[in-house]
Amino acid sequence: MTDSKYFTTTKKGEIFELKAELNSDKKEKKKEAVKKVIASMTVGKDVSALFPDVVNCMQTDNLELKKLVYLYLMNYAKSQPDMAIMAVNTFVKDCEDPNPLIRALAVRTMGCIRVDKITEYLCEPLRKCLKDEDPYVRKTAAVCVAKLHDINAQLVEDQGFLDTLKDLISDSNPMVVANAVAALSEIAESHPNSNLLDLNPQTINKLLTALNECTEWGQIFILDCLANYTPRDDRESQSICERVTPRLSHANSAVVLSAVKVLMKFMEMLPKDLDYYGTLLKKLAPPLVTLLSAEPELQYVALRNINLIVQRRPEILKHEMKVFFVKYNDPIYVKLEKLDIMIRLASQANIAQVLAELKEYATEVDVDFVRKAVRAIGRCAIKVEQSAERCVSTLLDLIQTKVNYVVQEAIVVIKDIFRKYPNKYESVIATLCENLDSLDEPEARAAMIWIVGEYAERIDNADELLESFLEGFHDESTQVQLQLLTAIVKLFLKKPTETQELVQQVLSLATQDSDNPDLRDRGYIYWRLLSTDPVAAKEVVLAEKPLISEETDLIEPTLLEELICHIGTLASVYHKPPSAFVEGSRGVQHKRLPATANSPDASSAAAVADAPPAVIPSQGDLLGDLLNLDLTPTTTGPTPAVSTGIQMGAMDLLGGGLDSLTMIDSVWVQVWVPAMKAKGLEISGTFARRAGVIQMEMTLSNKAMSVMTDFAIQFNRNSFGLAPAGPLQVLIPLSPNQSIEVTLPLNTVGPVMKMDPLSNLQVAVKNNIDVFYFSCQYPISILFVEDGKMERQVFLATWKDIPNENESQFQIKDCHLNAASSKLQGSNIFTIAKRTVDGQDMLYQSMKLSNGIWVLAELRVQAGNPNYTVTCLLWVQNT
Amino acid sequence: MIHSLFLVNASGDIFLEKHWKSVVSRSVCDYFFEAQERATEPENVPPVISTPHHYLISVLRHRIYFVAVIQSEVPPLFVIEFLHRVVDTFQDYFGVCTEAAIKDNVVVVYELLEEMLDNGFPLATESNILKELIKPPTILRTMVNTITGSTNVGEQLPTGQLSVVPWRRTGVKYTNNEAYFDVVEEIDAIIDKSGSTITAEIQGVIDACVKLTGMPDLTLSFMNPRLLDDVSFHPCVRFKRWEAERILSFIPPDGNFRLLSYHVSSQNLVAIPVYVKHNITFREGSSQGRFDLTLGPKQTMGKAVEAVLVSSQLPRGVLNANLNPSQGTYTFDPVTKLLTWDVGKINPQKLPSLKGTMSLQAGASKPDENPTINIQLKIQQMAISGLKVNRLDMYGEKYKPFKGIKYMTKAGKFQVRT
Repeated sequence: MTDSKYFTTTKKGEIFELKAELNSDKKEKKKEAVKKVIASMTVGKDVSALFPDVVNCMQTDNLELKKLVYLYLMNYAKSQPDMAIMAVNTFVKDCEDPNPLIRALAVRTMGCIRVDKITEYLCEPLRKCLKDEDPYVRKTAAVCVAKLHDINAQLVEDQGFLDTLKDLISDSNPMVVANAVAALSEIAESHPNSNLLDLNPQTINKLLTALNECTEWGQIFILDCLANYTPRDDRESQSICERVTPRLSHANSAVVLSAVKVLMKFMEMLPKDLDYYGTLLKKLAPPLVTLLSAEPELQYVALRNINLIVQRRPEILKHEMKVFFVKYNDPIYVKLEKLDIMIRLASQANIAQVLAELKEYATEVDVDFVRKAVRAIGRCAIKVEQSAERCVSTLLDLIQTKVNYVVQEAIVVIKDIFRKYPNKYESVIATLCENLDSLDEPEARAAMIWIVGEYAERIDNADELLESFLEGFHDESTQVQLQLLTAIVKLFLKKPTETQELVQQVLSLATQDSDNPDLRDRGYIYWRLLSTDPVAAKEVVLAEKPLISEETDLIEPTLLEELICHIGTLASVYHKPPSAFVEGSRGVQHKRLPATANSPDASSAAAVADAPPAVIPSQGDLLGDLLNLDLTPTTTGPTPAVSTGIQMGAMDLLGGGLDSLTMIDSVWVQVWVPAMKAKGLEISGTFARRAGVIQMEMTLSNKAMSVMTDFAIQFNRNSFGLAPAGPLQVLIPLSPNQSIEVTLPLNTVGPVMKMDPLSNLQVAVKNNIDVFYFSCQYPISILFVEDGKMERQVFLATWKDIPNENESQFQIKDCHLNAASSKLQGSNIFTIAKRTVDGQDMLYQSMKLSNGIWVLAELRVQAGNPNYTVTCLLWVQNT
Repeated sequence: MIHSLFLVNASGDIFLEKHWKSVVSRSVCDYFFEAQERATEPENVPPVISTPHHYLISVLRHRIYFVAVIQSEVPPLFVIEFLHRVVDTFQDYFGVCTEAAIKDNVVVVYELLEEMLDNGFPLATESNILKELIKPPTILRTMVNTITGSTNVGEQLPTGQLSVVPWRRTGVKYTNNEAYFDVVEEIDAIIDKSGSTITAEIQGVIDACVKLTGMPDLTLSFMNPRLLDDVSFHPCVRFKRWEAERILSFIPPDGNFRLLSYHVSSQNLVAIPVYVKHNITFREGSSQGRFDLTLGPKQTMGKAVEAVLVSSQLPRGVLNANLNPSQGTYTFDPVTKLLTWDVGKINPQKLPSLKGTMSLQAGASKPDENPTINIQLKIQQMAISGLKVNRLDMYGEKYKPFKGIKYMTKAGKFQVRT
């Protein structure tokens, strides 16, 4: 007696019969009927018409029947919202049941009913269940919050469920903790900027404790959550690593990979000379290798991730080449990935082995795989220089097999080898030419034509070969046409006497008979070049080409860093940042690896971030933004984004920015745009601060023959948010040989982006002729505001509070103290105090930048010594 | 998290669907079918497929595709591991995991799936817990249920679910207390033309069948634990103890489970149990090819090599094969060009061989590819890595259990290139 009987239908009409059975008095018959209904539902039949009859069966003490009815409800409540209300009462009652299984089941099912009216009734029972004495109920309720949030986010926030959920992270039961983390992570995904998972050392400790005791799935949630944390220092990072490493021996591969992610990320912070660093590297290899002995689907995901790991830290798997050797019955998707990793791991030490394998693969049956194997041989040649010769001879062997697609692929890669090692392997050209006729794929044809053109002087019948291609010019693909055009021009430049006719033919084919704009344009360029200045043409067409390198197929480093943070996720399988493809990820935060502990700039950046804690919301965000430079333009108040901008500014002020401090009152009138470069418009100018307003004072000179009108100006985003306060006031047209002086008031509420150097400003000026771009530097003094005079006491207190990391010292020469003082005041650098200690004169000054950064300075001069020492401290006001 | 699950059979029909969040239309599987059409072999369907709004993650087991639909960023391994767990559970409950078995037990399947995931989060995946929640169907129980009207859904909260040992239920009772361990090793190897080993590694597992009363605490120690440097444990194993003393200490789950899996990598020397002498040649211009294969034992530590099965995918140009086995039987499928030779046991005194000719298409050129030979074999009472269990002790309970340990070596992906 099996369930398949539920699928048999009678002639009378299934629904009708089921209805009758559902309303039967006999319990047994009822249950059978509900089972039939569920069976129909599973195969996608519409049984929603039975809704009221099924719901009537809900009031029962038979648990199986209750579960079945719940199953039905979850599927169909949405289509029958009014009827679903009928079920609410039973749910609320069940939430009070003495049996925790029933309480949990009720709250679980209610969350799955996506009907607004029902969710209102859900709140009270849910609140009770979140505080239930039974952990099984609590953990079910935690998930229910995530469900509810998906249906009605506002309701969850209003009811304060998020806070209750956060409290559950400290629950005594590890399963409850794991589910709370899972629920919070899911909610956080739809609110990338909410600070839901506020990770601090205490919560991290709780998570690590729960990690040891919860189920495998809970471990995955917790590990993924841990990966978002940025440890304060290398010691914390090490202690977390130590507690995570046992997870590498877990039987569940998803746990292993999540643990690898945490370790790969936190490892960045460990100093490389630490013993533990080496131990960790060694521990990472075996679990990764073990993943490769699992089922093919797991292997595939593992291989995609190993591909990333190998690029970031090749040392982990450098001795494990053999596990990537391809078995002939691996699925094709595994084969291709293994091949890719083999090339990444190829080195001088193992190249002989790799080449022997690749040659073996090139004789396999699967065409895609064979092609990739041949291509891999070429990549080995480019990557490992010592092996190039052997690779070329292997490729020649393969060409001898005369298997059409092998030959074509081999020719494409030999072209690349020529580009990497010019003038080394030309002896093989003769062999290549033998196979000219068998080439039918555009890429191979183009490659061959490129080779012929490039080495035209060594191929006696180059003109004949190219001519033969020219016959079917119009049938070729664009790739081949372009290549043929270039090759023939090259040939002409090398052997001008015999090939004049050929070149004219191809030029006319390209320019007159072709519809392809690319081809036509290239044809015209060559034509003009050849007709005006053959010497120049030679320089252009036969110019030395940059060598290609193996790096071309590597993932770009910043992307790689981000992907390492996403090991084990879809992003790591697609090798794309999550923002590029995950649906509904509104403003996904870019994750970055934490900086190494001993890299100076990053650690001091972190230190600066530490100093004013109120300004910086969390270090993780800051580091992310610091590296990202993706600052949002803001005009009101210091938001986190702006303050990070300030932080950066502060850092650089301490660095190079102070050079300009010492040149405060020299007026730089500079020529920003010479007339030559801007079609006759010359722009020169300077910056100044007058009566509290920053001004850009420009002289526009028309050195062209025609009148210029319609001037406008725009700034790119810059370090301090400088922006024009109004339009450029050039009201009268500028006639030839006329100059005009314009003053443009500026404000500092524009978008912020860190520039290098810090005071760099990129400007676009437009007139009726064109748009011109230039960049200039403004003296930092224009940013010092008038109210930069600090009270003495405040100055003293602040001076002490500023950490050493924010301090910097400079030497300046030849200046007079008293004169300096008044001069500085003119530039809004205020002298606060002056004293003499041990024959040293000290001058204390304060200034404030337009973005709220205070700079406190101490000017120290030793009698008789013309050198002054300036000590500068930076302070960001916590407003 | 996991949104929905579709089960698709070999002919491309969806025969079961389950949704844990809102209902996803089954038309989403069209993308899967497209990929399925493109793939030459059923196992070549890529495991992760992206569609405009969803991601499809699939595994192929027992000729059924388990296709999970996800919508947000979820670790794919998480999904794949979960699907494996679904397959294991079905197998556990119904004995086999086939379309027929699933259709026969559709309600239990549905109840199980509902119990395994909640809102896409795994809920109960341990077979112990599930069996307490939903009792596996047996003929007897079906009968009893029909007569008494009782159900196969547990009324009590499973005891293990929240304890520190979630894998074991309390109150286990047996009249015969027994604990059996199988050490099973599989050799994966690639041997090249000349007979030298290109790569060889051992995948080992220790599967256990433990039927012990109460809460026993077991320790298992090895003669040579050094071999195990790359291991994955069942969650029951105390990792700290292993790190410190190289002893497996655990409270076992009830019934069958995999205690440990390990991997002996190619860097250690791996013994190769058999050698193959082969001569498979095609001559240019001739419509005949020679086929000559001899097997012999190599490093078997005196144990017999049994259940040997040789298979090879011959080149497409081969029309038929006329061979003569010295023992066992062979078959050649002219459609798939698959040659299989069931050798049986290898007698070291009289080595098995398979000799004869292959006929090629007349006039066709000589095939380019060299067939690879795949070998399956079994060696009883030996773990080829040399791993040996030293002793098994039980604490925490007073009775004396029966203990047993079996060793076995199998060929995994054992390939010889020609």
